[in-house]
Amino acid sequence: MTDVSQPNSAGTPQSSLHRLDARTKRRNAAESRFKFYGIVAILIGLLMLVTLLYTILSKGTGAFSQTFVTMQVELLESKLDKSGTRDLEKIKKVTTFGYAPLIKGAFEKSVLEHGIDTDLKTKDMAKILSKSAASQLRGYVIANPDKIGETIEFRFLANSRVDGYLKGRVSRESIANDKNITAAQLDFVDQLIAAGVLEKTFNIDFIIGADASDQRPEAAGIGVAMVGSLFMMLVVLALALPIGVAASIYLEEFAPKNWITDIIEVNISNLAAVPSIVFGILGLAVFINYMHLPQSAPLVGGLVLTLMTLPTIIISTRAALKAVPPSIRDAALGVGASKMQAVFHHVLPLAAPGILTGTIIGLAQALGETAPLLLIGMIGFIASNMPETIGEGLLSPNSAMPAQIYEWAKRADPAFYERAWGGIIILLIFLISMNTLAVILRRRFERRW
Amino acid sequence: MPLSWLVLIVLALAAAGYFVGRIRVLKLAGGDVRALHSLPVYYGANVALSAAVPALGVLLLWLLIQPSLIENTVSAMIAPEMIPEGSNLNLVMADVRRVADGLYTAVETGAMNMAQVDALQASADVRATLGELGVALGQDVRPEVLAAAKSYLVASGTGNTARMVVVLALSLTGLVLSMIRTKPDYRARNVVERAVLALLMAAASLAILTTVGIVLSMLFETINFFGLHSWKDFFFGTIWAPNFRGDSELSILPLLWGTLYISFIALLVAVPIGLFAAIYLSEYAGPKTRAFAKPLLEILAGIPTIVYGLFALLTVGPMLINLFGQTGALGVNWMSGATSVLTAGVVMGIMLIPFVSSLSDDIINAVPQAMRDGSLGLGATQSETIRQVVIPAALPGIVGAILLAASRAIGETMIVVMGAGAIAKFSLNPFESMTTITTRIVSQLTGDGDFSSPETLVAFALGLTLFVLTLGLNVLALYIVRKYREQYE
Amino acid sequence: MYDIAKMGTDVDQNTTKISARNVQVYYGDTHAIKDVNVEIGARSVTAFIGPSGCGKSTFLRCINRMNDTIDVCRVDGDILIDGEDIYDKRVDPVQLRAKVGMVFQKPNPFPKSIYDNIAYGPRIHGLAKNKADLDEIVEKSLRRGAIWNEVKDRLHAPGTGLSGGQQQRLCIARAIATEPEVLLMDEPCSALDPIATAQVEELIDELRNQFSVVIVTHSMQQAARVSQKTAFFHLGNLVEYGDTSQIFTNPQDERTESYITGRIG
Repeated sequence: MTDVSQPNSAGTPQSSLHRLDARTKRRNAAESRFKFYGIVAILIGLLMLVTLLYTILSKGTGAFSQTFVTMQVELLESKLDKSGTRDLEKIKKVTTFGYAPLIKGAFEKSVLEHGIDTDLKTKDMAKILSKSAASQLRGYVIANPDKIGETIEFRFLANSRVDGYLKGRVSRESIANDKNITAAQLDFVDQLIAAGVLEKTFNIDFIIGADASDQRPEAAGIGVAMVGSLFMMLVVLALALPIGVAASIYLEEFAPKNWITDIIEVNISNLAAVPSIVFGILGLAVFINYMHLPQSAPLVGGLVLTLMTLPTIIISTRAALKAVPPSIRDAALGVGASKMQAVFHHVLPLAAPGILTGTIIGLAQALGETAPLLLIGMIGFIASNMPETIGEGLLSPNSAMPAQIYEWAKRADPAFYERAWGGIIILLIFLISMNTLAVILRRRFERRW
Repeated sequence: MPLSWLVLIVLALAAAGYFVGRIRVLKLAGGDVRALHSLPVYYGANVALSAAVPALGVLLLWLLIQPSLIENTVSAMIAPEMIPEGSNLNLVMADVRRVADGLYTAVETGAMNMAQVDALQASADVRATLGELGVALGQDVRPEVLAAAKSYLVASGTGNTARMVVVLALSLTGLVLSMIRTKPDYRARNVVERAVLALLMAAASLAILTTVGIVLSMLFETINFFGLHSWKDFFFGTIWAPNFRGDSELSILPLLWGTLYISFIALLVAVPIGLFAAIYLSEYAGPKTRAFAKPLLEILAGIPTIVYGLFALLTVGPMLINLFGQTGALGVNWMSGATSVLTAGVVMGIMLIPFVSSLSDDIINAVPQAMRDGSLGLGATQSETIRQVVIPAALPGIVGAILLAASRAIGETMIVVMGAGAIAKFSLNPFESMTTITTRIVSQLTGDGDFSSPETLVAFALGLTLFVLTLGLNVLALYIVRKYREQYE
Repeated sequence: MYDIAKMGTDVDQNTTKISARNVQVYYGDTHAIKDVNVEIGARSVTAFIGPSGCGKSTFLRCINRMNDTIDVCRVDGDILIDGEDIYDKRVDPVQLRAKVGMVFQKPNPFPKSIYDNIAYGPRIHGLAKNKADLDEIVEKSLRRGAIWNEVKDRLHAPGTGLSGGQQQRLCIARAIATEPEVLLMDEPCSALDPIATAQVEELIDELRNQFSVVIVTHSMQQAARVSQKTAFFHLGNLVEYGDTSQIFTNPQDERTESYITGRIG
């Protein structure tokens, strides 16, 4: 036992615990540094989140307000219905060009009425309006031919440059090379603001309206695309929920332990990680090229998203089924229920909140998915009207919210970017509500066995 | 009869069968439920299932098979020499379908009857006639197209009628047969349960069907592609230059380079941040910090990729130009456009932070506490314990998590479509814009693609490669993670 | 040799290594250890016995401040090692734990090689000047852990590949490698089979020549076999503390007697 006599040579033993040695100080410094890295990592993550949300909010809220010009327009009979017969066919023959003088007249009157002093020609005044102004007038006249001859108050969309001027996106410096607007027109806009003719107000049309051509960003809305998304979600819900639940019940409750079941299981966990674009290729090849379903139809989008969402729903449903303790099944079997009855009468109702939560989260994922929709043609198409029937909603070409946002982001006019960010706000509102609902459901019905 | 009507009739038959089955068995039992083998609902359900399931199953198969049958017969009518210069069979067939659709509308709205359709001559004003019905045709209808369209119309008419007859007959047979079998001692519950089990099984095998569908749909077109374009050039060439006039150079390597480079930068951002965040959350943070920071980080994972794409294109790209561009804060003039490898990589990295952190968090938590106690008991500091014991113990799991993140990055589409650019090249400069596999799939398949040109078909070959690549990574990662979990169970 | 050693331990036993004064431990609202006073001698084996949940492990973990890692745990009173309060603000638990090693209930070798398991402590505490030095420490520790002969040919095989008894001796060797003065053992044999238990007990008996060993055990026979002093804990109280022979043959407190005779436990 030579070790006994050997003093404890190295390290700390003989020193006092009340004095930190140099090495411990060094190690503690390393400890603090390490901990600091962790805090920094989390702060970076949170900073990114804040930056992202701030960017979205600061750039997107503009889309919810829009600049309008309110004017009295005299619907001159001499221009619109020379015959005076109010024959709709004849009124329809007047193209939007025919309405331009009416707008010019309205400006002339406004300028006089408010005592605005300007050198601008009426032609240039009219240019501050959206290109949709004339067709807006025409649409009104065709709908109400009896109003011809009267003077009616109209609210016209200002063109996107004017709108951008009010929102601070466009300035006198930035339009130096812009053919669409001049500094003089901006002066005129200032005068109109002072006169209360031109103002920026809440824009419900962005939320409920349809997309517009790339010449008229001021008129573009996300409403129709929202309906397209809604129909897709209906398809996903109608297919993915029952199929997903059925598949989960089979795998969790009935499947024998064999290689087929193993293959299905491996398959599902892999499908959950397949890039979404691959599902788009599948949709294009099978639903459109092979089955000749209509392109750009929400039905096809819904089918593709169903296949994509299924693994998510199956995985969460199985977790919910697994959480129901075996004692419940035993109890049901014990009173003479068949296995099928035990599952459908007892296990499934108990697992329902979990299944619902998983389904909502799956739907939220599907709602935000873009890539597969690009391949089945849900971009570049401008659906101008709301679908009128369910069949039309499913089969007639439409867009979807994320695809619409992508479409806007691709367009050249920066005025569309504001729309894209605004669309994101709406999309995120949907996603946040869905996820909140899922969290509430989980909290409310979570059961600890 | 439209398809929806057919489905509705079958469902109505099933519903009626449910009630009739119930009533009938009760009547046979003299109203005494105890005399029955199963509850009355099962007799009803048995009839309903017999009426609906085989009929709808056959209908589904019919819908899948009929189009390709007709397509094959009709396309056989178009001899290769009839295909005009610069066109191909697919385009001609698309014309045929359009004309057939127009004729169908004409018959449907009563503007023509079948005899008139039969009598139509190509030279005559088919285009004008159809135009009046709202079917716009790009050019005058050529005789062979009209002939094909006519037979297409006839074939699908016959097919649809046959479909209706077969489906309705099946439904009725099922109804009647099950009705005959409905007797008090019939084991209805067992039969119904077996049928339900079969349906459940069918639902579960849809997963396999989807995978098969993915593989087959891409495989066929990929084979077509390799028939038109050398596979050697695809896999080993160095230039990506699609040219819709033909003679394109379509090699995957430059795209793969862009994909991997961007994914690498994304992981460079996501792995350290995600890993350190996970370490802090699982080892240092108190329950309050954890309950606050973890869900907030996970919001990043729930944000749709289109949002990240927009963020890359409109915020991060311009910001990087402000730093590295010609008039940028650093005055280095390294970057000329907003889209670049760095833009897409950084934004994708942000997206992957919560992915890495929550996976790593789970994995670090699976390391047994005894391991930490052992190290702390020896006088190690917490960071020494983490770096030298916890992380090495969790390493396989963390590697799995990183592989999963890499597979995500490789398959990500929207961020690269909007943030990476469209130039295929080999370059190490992260400030240049480059393109990726997913970006090219989108660009080759959007718009009016001609599904017989190599420039369009290459997208399927790219898709298949992407699928195989990500599948390989996923299988490997899931295997590693599973092995890791077993170790500590 | 035996006599000298015996005399040596007798002398050493009289010097107090650890002394606890009015120690209270709380887990949240639970008062887990109530007013414990105990003096533990150097170079001897002290056993803590008592029924499950009596606080013996909790008290053991106070001695090297392992309870610091549990958020809700709070310790009042003083614990002194060599006359220095280890709960003093100036004390770094890291430095303390180098001096007070610990062996746990379940063998917990790191998922590293046998060599790296032993070298871990010396490395973090900087005990070796060079590779040769470290090799020497590893060999010496493995010898003192009575496992050298079994593993000397496979030092670079993973430590997790050893049998349970070997793993526990490896963990003891690992604890010894940092040259502690006190060795705490929390039911070191509870996960082992009888043969491995005998080997570990033999090892403990040898270790008291160099360390003061505190062992928590569930088995009274084990306490009787390996310890010189025994403390009996019950419901968070230190009921009785004295020479092992006296506790087992002539307990003063009736609770101790009940426990030893198997009436409570």
